[in-house]
Amino acid sequence: MESTAELEKPEVVRKEQNFLGNFVRRIPLHLVLILIIILWATPTFALLVSSFRPAREIATSGWWTAFEEPSQFSLDLYRQALTRQGMGRGFMNSLFIAIPATIVPIMAAAFAAYTFSWMNFPGRVLIFIIIIGLLVVPLQMTFVPVLQAYNRLGLTGTFPGIWLAHAAYGIPFAVYLLRNFIGGLPRDLFESATLDGATHFDTFFQIVLPLTVPAIASLVIFQFMWVWNDLLVALIYLGGFPAVAPMTVVIASQVSSLGANWQVLTASAFISMALPLIVFFGLQRYFVRGILAGAVKG
Amino acid sequence: MDRLLLALVVIIGVPAATVLYAWLVEQLLARLPDRVAKGLRPWLWIAPAMVLLLSFLVYPVIRTVVLSFMNANSTTFVGLENFRYTFTDSLMLSAFRNNLVWLLIFPPVVVTIALLIAVLADRVKYEGLVKAVVFIPMAISFVAAGVIWKLMYDYQPAGRAQTGTLNAFLMGIFPDFEPVAWLINYPINNAALIVIGLWMWTGFSTVILSAGLKGIPDELLEASRIDGANEFQIFRHITFPLLSSTIAVVLTTQVISVLKIFDIIYVMTNGNFNTDVIANIMYKQLFTFHHLGRASAIATVLLLLTIPVMIFNVRRFNVQEELR
Repeated sequence: MESTAELEKPEVVRKEQNFLGNFVRRIPLHLVLILIIILWATPTFALLVSSFRPAREIATSGWWTAFEEPSQFSLDLYRQALTRQGMGRGFMNSLFIAIPATIVPIMAAAFAAYTFSWMNFPGRVLIFIIIIGLLVVPLQMTFVPVLQAYNRLGLTGTFPGIWLAHAAYGIPFAVYLLRNFIGGLPRDLFESATLDGATHFDTFFQIVLPLTVPAIASLVIFQFMWVWNDLLVALIYLGGFPAVAPMTVVIASQVSSLGANWQVLTASAFISMALPLIVFFGLQRYFVRGILAGAVKG
Repeated sequence: MDRLLLALVVIIGVPAATVLYAWLVEQLLARLPDRVAKGLRPWLWIAPAMVLLLSFLVYPVIRTVVLSFMNANSTTFVGLENFRYTFTDSLMLSAFRNNLVWLLIFPPVVVTIALLIAVLADRVKYEGLVKAVVFIPMAISFVAAGVIWKLMYDYQPAGRAQTGTLNAFLMGIFPDFEPVAWLINYPINNAALIVIGLWMWTGFSTVILSAGLKGIPDELLEASRIDGANEFQIFRHITFPLLSSTIAVVLTTQVISVLKIFDIIYVMTNGNFNTDVIANIMYKQLFTFHHLGRASAIATVLLLLTIPVMIFNVRRFNVQEELR
């Protein structure tokens, strides 16, 4: 083996050589990573800087020129964004939509995942395979019939209508991820709980749910972001009902109605990003563990 | 007052209702004979999920296939007329071509960049920072991203001060550079839109690939280093093969999102300047032209395109089950 020669060198010399050699060899690595950070952060940073400039400045000079005359920085756009027709209400509507549309599918999927993992019933595997198939169904396939049914039932333009739709669309992925996780819990846990006379209700809420927190946290991140950021589903089931429109719909309609004056929306765009980022960074430590349990397994 | 009531329903009512459902189910089952309860329990536990899936996915999919053979307001059967439109209309053909371009470029590039970032970041102390910065766009709505990228791609005629980051940057580096209207000039506008997609989706793939990377035992990599393998050989012969199933998962999710791609196009160009895609035309058929037949036919074609991925997923699941 060639490496034995190197191994026989005195320990100190080897370490010094390694340190210098490593440092030089690692320079390209750091450069590439720093370039990646700059590339990914620049667009968002440009938005952040722009949102603190007056609209007419955004329209006539680049955001980077702002640092040459910092006196132009102002909170005008934020003041406008918060008082403009529909933005405050849009923010609250987004919350009213996203919270139930996150809780309902995750709970329903957790019940189902618990059943698929620890109860036996005919058709168990077949039903689960169908759910995996539904993972890739384009949502577009469902809009026409659901909208027709909603129009008959009076659910178009209502919160319960969009809660149910988002909940259903989130279930295939949630069941898939949670079944992988709950199915991986040790069998003894359930056997001893049954011996102790625990009901399924107790087992689920006192044993399974607490142990599933990492997977649930990543699901909360995914589902909350997906619902909060969704435009298509909201346009379809809530389109044309300003009273219930979430922030994405409000901003999108202002993008088209403002036309060339879209610059005033930089502040609105930044406000809409704040909450998902807080949720993400708040739950981040669970994130990788949860994903590992589901998507990566096998 | 109304809104306050709504807030209470949202924060307390909905979570309580889900717990109440499970409690009621167990109360009901406790009153039934053991044998009946045992048979009934699984069905009641999966009922909420199944009811939602059946009414919002299974039934609508079947119904949409039926509607795709009907006319604009679903009153008469028109055979394959809507599919003839789908495969011959010039706008649709251009949309198919654009989706194909997305499909061929986007998933491989996203996975390559994500793999590169995951592998490189794994070697430095500020790995968390790199991953967070790359992931942040995932938390941004397409609507906000639209505003962000208008700032990036903004265009002023040559001679005026450029307000778009990209044009200004390129003109700063190459003095002869003529500013480009990135979102209007075909075909570069499609490339510009794909770049937005890359910016938004690389984070998701990076996080998953990086999680897979952590699952490879360190001893394995150390052993090959001691045997004299260089980093590229290690990547080529150890890391890559061990990650292949994770890579397949990420690739399939990206293929699916590309087939359905809608928001970026809707927000940035609304399909103008030869950038339209299948999902956006379906949306227009539904809400601008109110042609349910055509909208359903387009959706059905989308579904057919996803079937290979569906089969792949089910096969993968079956293999996993055998390993359990």
